[in-house]
Amino acid sequence: MCGIVGLFLKDRSLEPELGRLLTDMLVTMSDRGPDSAGIAIYGAEQDGKSKLTVQSGDPDVDFAGLDAELSKVLGEDVTLRRKDTHAVLEMPVGATEKVRAFLASSHPNIRIMSAGDIIEIYKEVGLPKDVAERFALSSMSGSHGIGHTRMATESAVTTMGAHPFSTGSDQCLVHNGSLSNHNSLRRKLRREGMAFETENDSEVAAAYLTYKMREGSNLGDAMKSGLDDLDGFFTFVVGTKDGFGVVRDPIACKPAVMAETDQYVAFGSEYRALVNLPDIESARVWEPEPATVYFWEH
Amino acid sequence: MQTIDMAESGLRELNSTLQAQAEQTNQTDWEIVNTRGSHAVAVGLDAPIDVTIRGSTGYYCAGMNKQATVRVKGSAGPGVAENMMSGTVIIDGDASQYAGATGHGGLLVIKGNASSRCGISMKGIDIVVHGNIGHMSAFMAQSGNLVVLGDAGDALGDSLYEARLFVRGSVKSLGADCEEKEMRPEHLEILRDLLERSGADASPEEFKRYGSARKLYNFNIDNASAY
Repeated sequence: MCGIVGLFLKDRSLEPELGRLLTDMLVTMSDRGPDSAGIAIYGAEQDGKSKLTVQSGDPDVDFAGLDAELSKVLGEDVTLRRKDTHAVLEMPVGATEKVRAFLASSHPNIRIMSAGDIIEIYKEVGLPKDVAERFALSSMSGSHGIGHTRMATESAVTTMGAHPFSTGSDQCLVHNGSLSNHNSLRRKLRREGMAFETENDSEVAAAYLTYKMREGSNLGDAMKSGLDDLDGFFTFVVGTKDGFGVVRDPIACKPAVMAETDQYVAFGSEYRALVNLPDIESARVWEPEPATVYFWEH
Repeated sequence: MQTIDMAESGLRELNSTLQAQAEQTNQTDWEIVNTRGSHAVAVGLDAPIDVTIRGSTGYYCAGMNKQATVRVKGSAGPGVAENMMSGTVIIDGDASQYAGATGHGGLLVIKGNASSRCGISMKGIDIVVHGNIGHMSAFMAQSGNLVVLGDAGDALGDSLYEARLFVRGSVKSLGADCEEKEMRPEHLEILRDLLERSGADASPEEFKRYGSARKLYNFNIDNASAY
């Protein structure tokens, strides 16, 4: 069992409220997933900038002087904004791959949570409420975000095993369920050049969608082909730079509720997660159909 | 009318209060407010009381109901009226997965749509859905009646025993051993009564009846080589 929440804003005036709304939804889903929690937030784009969200088990040591060191390596300005065990590194567009390679070779204790122009991912082991407080998630603003509370089935309860998984620039995926063909699919995707950080089944689903989009599919088509290629139980909620998607397997035993108003599209594993959203009483509320792709773009 | 506000009293207090009502209680009308999608609201009732829930509910609302009438003025999450024995449960909105599962008796009315596995393994309950139902509904259903005014999803009535299925709209596909059956006068009578009791605006003649082909009841010796 896991809990999923997602919020895609149509009304820009709600953007400063995104973190607060999503955190409330996430904490409500604590009893579906008390092991660990995570959130992906898509914030405002800054011209000419990209960012990496990184994590360390020993942030005092690993993050000290990291911005200066990276600036020197790149020959361009890199800034570091620390939040508990995570830090957001901002750098010129196009520098993320170079920094990622440098960190992998010179700072193996630093893990990459996400890379892209606007995405930031925060995830840790612990109760959702505690995780949310450590990262001050409720104060964050953005256009859309996805959160996950985890009750582990397929791999260890670690930071890297927590959701969301990000396997491509500004992409993320959260999963409720379990996949049965993830090992063979991971081998296939590795041959196509995809990199994996964990033995987790959900990471394979994320990498599969990244691979499909790299090959030219849009988010909707990538999710549609996932219905054929991914075997097992799943409700996925997926984010891209400007998109938000939902898909359930044909059996659809993992719960899902959606709500839509003029202001937002929201997803919750249970209706409980949606009750504090603005004007939820007048929202169109429905259960997404099995084997049906839903996606929205800005 | 007694009102219980779930913002003030907890779920256990709510359920134990309702469960404590005796057969001859004078407090027959109850209203529950601020459910906010809570699970297991109004479960295990066993008295002829009338409970109105103002708002949507989570998992297993009105489970194991006996005698009581439970009305949900919103939508219901998975497993509404699961294993109901008697009484009436009325959902004004939609119901999620496995509504009325394993129910032994009573009447479950869903005024919106029901999703997958509606009436799975039903054992005597009557279920009337004013909208559509999802896939694998009435799987292994043993007895009782499932009435659907809208359409049914894939694999309706798979491995069906003796439950009667009445569908007015289309059926996406029938499950193993489920077939369309002749609508005889006694079936029209059952249907007329259920439609009337559930406030459905439909005439029994518009429906088709589906039931068990009874080919899975006994082992077919011609299949022995497959084992």
